[in-house]
Formats: sequence, C-alpha cells, structure tokens
Amino acid sequence: MRRSLSTALMTAALLALPLCGGASAEDTVKLGYIDPLSGGGASVGEVGFKTFQFLADELNAKGGILGKKVEIVPLDNKTNPQESLVQAQKAIDAGVRYITQGNGSSVAAALSDFVTKFNERNPGKEVLYFNYAAVDPVLTNDKCSFWHFRWDASSDIKMEALTNYIKTVPAVKKVYLINQDYSFGESVRTEAKAMLAKKRPDIQIVGDELHPLLKVTDFAPYIAKIKASGADSVITGNWGQDFALLLKAAADAGLKVDWFTYYAGGTGGPTAIKQANLDHQVFQISEGVPNLGYAPAAEFEKALRAKYDFSLFYPRAVNEMRMFKAAAEKANSLDPVKVAKALEGMEVEVYDGGKGVMRKDDHQFFQPMYISSFGARNDKEPFDEEKTGWGWRLVAKIDTPNTVLPTTCKMDRP
Amino acid sequence: MLELIAISTLNGILFGMLLFLMASGLTVIFSMLGVLNFAHASFYMLGAFFGYQLSRWIGFWPALVIAPALAGCIGAAVERYGLRNVHKNGHVAELLFTFGLAFAIEEVVQMIWGKAPMDYRVPALLDFPAFTVFSTNYPAYKMFMLAVAVAIFVALLVVLKKTRIGMIVQAALTHPHMVGHLGHNVGRIFMTVFGFGTALAAVAGVIAGPALVTQSNMAGLLGPILFVVVVVGGLGSLPGAFIASLLIGLLQTFAVSINASLASVFGPLATSGPSLLSDIWNVSIAQIAPVLPYMLLVLILIFRPMGLLGTRES
Repeated sequence: MRRSLSTALMTAALLALPLCGGASAEDTVKLGYIDPLSGGGASVGEVGFKTFQFLADELNAKGGILGKKVEIVPLDNKTNPQESLVQAQKAIDAGVRYITQGNGSSVAAALSDFVTKFNERNPGKEVLYFNYAAVDPVLTNDKCSFWHFRWDASSDIKMEALTNYIKTVPAVKKVYLINQDYSFGESVRTEAKAMLAKKRPDIQIVGDELHPLLKVTDFAPYIAKIKASGADSVITGNWGQDFALLLKAAADAGLKVDWFTYYAGGTGGPTAIKQANLDHQVFQISEGVPNLGYAPAAEFEKALRAKYDFSLFYPRAVNEMRMFKAAAEKANSLDPVKVAKALEGMEVEVYDGGKGVMRKDDHQFFQPMYISSFGARNDKEPFDEEKTGWGWRLVAKIDTPNTVLPTTCKMDRP
Repeated sequence: MLELIAISTLNGILFGMLLFLMASGLTVIFSMLGVLNFAHASFYMLGAFFGYQLSRWIGFWPALVIAPALAGCIGAAVERYGLRNVHKNGHVAELLFTFGLAFAIEEVVQMIWGKAPMDYRVPALLDFPAFTVFSTNYPAYKMFMLAVAVAIFVALLVVLKKTRIGMIVQAALTHPHMVGHLGHNVGRIFMTVFGFGTALAAVAGVIAGPALVTQSNMAGLLGPILFVVVVVGGLGSLPGAFIASLLIGLLQTFAVSINASLASVFGPLATSGPSLLSDIWNVSIAQIAPVLPYMLLVLILIFRPMGLLGTRES
C-alpha cells in the first residue's frame, strides 16, 4: 500500500502545481520534470522523478543554486510527445525556465523542437532543455539545438565504446544482433554492423534480427535461431520485458553465449539475469554502475538506498544537476541564455570519477564509459541489485577521449 | 535445417498449449453463458500475482490450488453482483462491463504490487532440463505446462459432453426457464460456470507466471491473442480452441524462423534502388511473425465467420 500512498501524493502534487505557480517564483529555481508518471512507462518515470528529487535535496542542503532552493516540478507526459508539449507549456506558464526529460527519443525530438521555437518567439523568456536519457544520435546531429543539452551518451557513442571493447576480446567470433523494430533498435543494428566491420573484420555477423517492440510473449523461436546460427555473442539494445523474456528463453534452452547490452540494468533486468543464472555473462555499456569502487559515488549510492528502495540508474542525472549549479555560479546568473553559454565546453569531474566535457559544437556530454558484467559479488562489491544478491562488476573502462565521435551539427546561436 | 524444423515444431506446440491453457476458460464461459469476457486475461493476471504471493508464503504447490480458487471466487462474485445486473441490458452492456473491469483490475494490481516485474520462480522440483534435442534443452517446467494443458482439455471435454452437470449447464443457456422449472437454480449455475472459467484462467496464470514475466501489463499483452484463438477455433468450441491454439503456436514459431522476404523470393524481378515500396519488399517473414495470428483472424472472419469448428454464427 506504500505505492498507492506515493501515487496519491504525487497526484496531489500534480494538482497543486498550477496553484502555487507564481507565489514562490522569486526564491526557487524550478526544474520541470517531464516524463511518464502514469501508463506503461510509469515505473521508469517514477524512479527518475525520485532520483531528481534526491538530487535537488542534495543541492538544497548545500545552499541551493545561487542561494535559491531547487524545486523539481513533476509533469506527467504519459510517454506521449503531444502531451509533453502541453505539459511544457503549462510549466513555462507557471514560471519554469528549465525542463528535463529522458524517456523516449520521439518525445525528446518534439520537446527540443518546441523549446527552440518558443525561444525564437519569446526573447528574454528563454527555456533550456536538459536531456538525461534520450539517446537517438539525431538530437545532437542534424536536429541539434542550442537550447538542448544531452548528458547521456548517444547510442552511437555507446556502440563505439562497446565495439572498442569487443575489439579486444579474441573469443568473440560470431555475433548475433537482435533488436526492437523501431528507430533505436535500427540504429543499434546498423552501427554495430558498420563498426564491427571496421574494427574486427574477422568477426562474422551470423544473424540480424528485428522483432516487434513489446509484443513478443515467447522468445523461444528466436533463441532457436540464435542457437542454429552458432553465435558466441549477442548484441542487443532490448529493454523492459523484451530484455527479460529474451534472457529467460535463453536460459530455458541452455543457450550459453555472452550478451552485450545497453539496458540490462533497467527495472526488472537484474531480476531476469539472476533467474536465468547468467553469472557474469551479461555485459552493459553505461556511464557508471554501483560497485565501481569510487568512494564519493559509493557514499551517494548508500544515501540514495537509505532513502528509496532502488539503486542509482542515472549517474548522468547527478552530472546534470551538479553542472547546472556550476554553470549558474560561473555565469553568476539564472538567466537560461547565460547558463547555456556557461555550460558550453564546461569541463567537470563526473559522478563516477574522471573528466567529462560538454562539447560546444553539439551540446553532447562526453564522459568515461564503463562496461560491466552482472553476477555474483566478491568482497569489494558492496552493492546488489533488486534484492537478487548479485551486483555489477567492472570489466572495462573507456576513457573520455576514446568515446568522442564527430558531429554533423550546425548550430544557430543567439 | 532438420534441427530448426524439429525445434520449431516443439516450440510451437509448447507455446500453443500455453495459449490453450488461457483460452480454455474464455471458451467455457462463452459457450456456456454467451458472455465474451474481455476481462478474462485480467483473471489470468490475478492468478499469476496470487500464485506469486502465495508461493512466497506457503510454496508453489499449495499456491497452484489456492490461487485459482481465490480468483474463481472473485469471478463468481463479479458474476453475482455485477454481470447479472448488467445482463438485463443486453450484450453490448456486458461487453462494456467486462472491458471496464479489465482496467479496474489492472489498476488494483498496480496499487498492491507496483509496476515492476515480480521475482516469480519455477518451483525447485521442476527446475531442471527434461531432455535435450540437438543440444537445445527443454525445461521440465515446460513439459509440466504441456501436461496440465492436455489434462484440462480432456477433463473439460468429458465433463461437458458426458456428464449430467454438462448437460444441465448447456440446457441452462438455451432454455433457462425450463431448467429452472426442473428445480435447478439457474442463477447459481451461471455463477458457478463463470467462477470456474475465471479459475481456469488463473490456473494458466499461476503456471505461466514463472515462465513469462509477471507484471501489471501482462493481461494487456496476452488478451488480444486469446480472442484470436477463440474466434479462429470457433466461438464456444473447445476442440476448436485446442486446434486453433496449436495452429497459432506453430504458425508464429515457424514464421520467426523464416528469413525470406518478397525481395528474396522475387529477387530477379525487383527494381533496383530505393522506392516507396522497398520497405514492404524487404520485410522478412520473421519480422511480421507476431502479427500473423491477427491476419489469420481477419481472414477467418471474412471466409469462415463461425471459425474452424464453430457451429453457430457469431
């Protein structure tokens, strides 16, 4: 029943939002959090909201930004681009000058476009858009915008890092690609093929599968194909139940291959890996996981877990919020144009340690990337996931310079 | 090649039997009461969640008995206090009622268990590979699912066709007043049948829960395909549903293993370069496998509206 209470509280917060809009505008910095808080994506959106709430509390405990308290304003977009624009407009009317969003590249594209047009028409009232999770490369290439900043690595960057690692593993000889049939899955498969051909021409692509998004109930037939192909590794961008069901079917059939993934750590992923008993056979590319052994990050992780019952899945959100504060203080202003200019090219120490930089050309953040595997823990790995008893283990670190990719962005600047 | 055919056949039969396990309750309710229960998949979901919770507390085997009984009681209550009143207003009202019920159940499940998937495990007793075909393992649990599906099919057929209970129940649908005059409580018969049908769905849930993902959107995922099974098999025909389940299971499984597309079949005829149609031209059969059952549904409705073994027009 705890959940129903939290749902009720969140609903109350949503309802109360327009009422308290103008009154406290002077002494708070409002960050509009536009993500699903109901419908199919709600479990993901709820975790994101609490993460940002936690980060705001962290900032406020240290005096906020330029002496002003940070307030996260939850706005439910139901993972729908149209609804997102309505919520964005509502937020702006209530005095929000900064919005953040992450789930769904289609939503991100719509928001980026909306913010850009809004700022053209309303000089002096500009709005900044902080993207923490939408990874479609187009957002920092052909569709880039001065008003959009991305803290997550784009799907091309992730594939670059993943293939740089695969390059060094001689055991990988036959790779099978299985992905969801939409823009993200499509970009994973084409980049994987192109990059592997360049870096390890000896690797054979023995299968290249697209399956419908979130519609397959039994992956046994797909596993039979993977098995028949003789693959030793699988690359997949699958998330949510498509990931869990795929792994379950693999475990049932006794398929023993290595899995290279983007979202094995997403809600439900660790549980599925544990059930499938794939001990350190599932790898994930991300900007950080618990158990990396960096002390300040471990402190943060402990504090987060003490307050909520989930682990940090968004180290990038931490970078986003801390850089927001740093940029405002560097500009000595909360004016979005000045903050944006201060963010451009900004170098910071990232959450998991190491240098990160917000590239000026396309507003893509570059940071060390990690490949980690999920399985039984040793003494130096204190954190488990989803109460499975298993946790993440560092396999390879890719330093920032090795993650940098060229961009086609031609940005209009104010 | 032989390997893929053998394994696909096995996978197809296994998936088909899982479908039948879920569709049997829907068919029973429809053939007995004439109610197309949109909330059927929701009772399947309730079965999975009850099964998960109870197996946490008292183990899987007691849960396999108690969870369906609980779901069946809820089903019976729904019939007694909801559906019976709605029934007076005709079939459309009934459909809408069960439609709304599906949403209500999903919301309640989300409130209690949340939206994340549950860690529902296969019981230790059945957690081993039963046999190996061409180096692919078949888990004992899947064999157990197969056995339960076949047992339910046989038991249902016998009860409905060969016993007095089946006769009374069928008569109650077509001649309720006559059955009533003969001293049977028609209302109670309907309530029992509805409860029994929902309990069947819950059995499928308890059993499928560990094999598939147990989470609050599982009803929405499987709901539509159940209707395909029931319509293709013939509304209200139990053997029809059995055959349709197998057919759909095999169709989907084999389609996944075929990589051929129009382009590869008519290769030499293809125009070079990208065109408006090139997407359709290059889509492989494997990619459209999950929508094939729905295409079958459309074709059946056009050419044989009563379904494969159905006896009455719907």
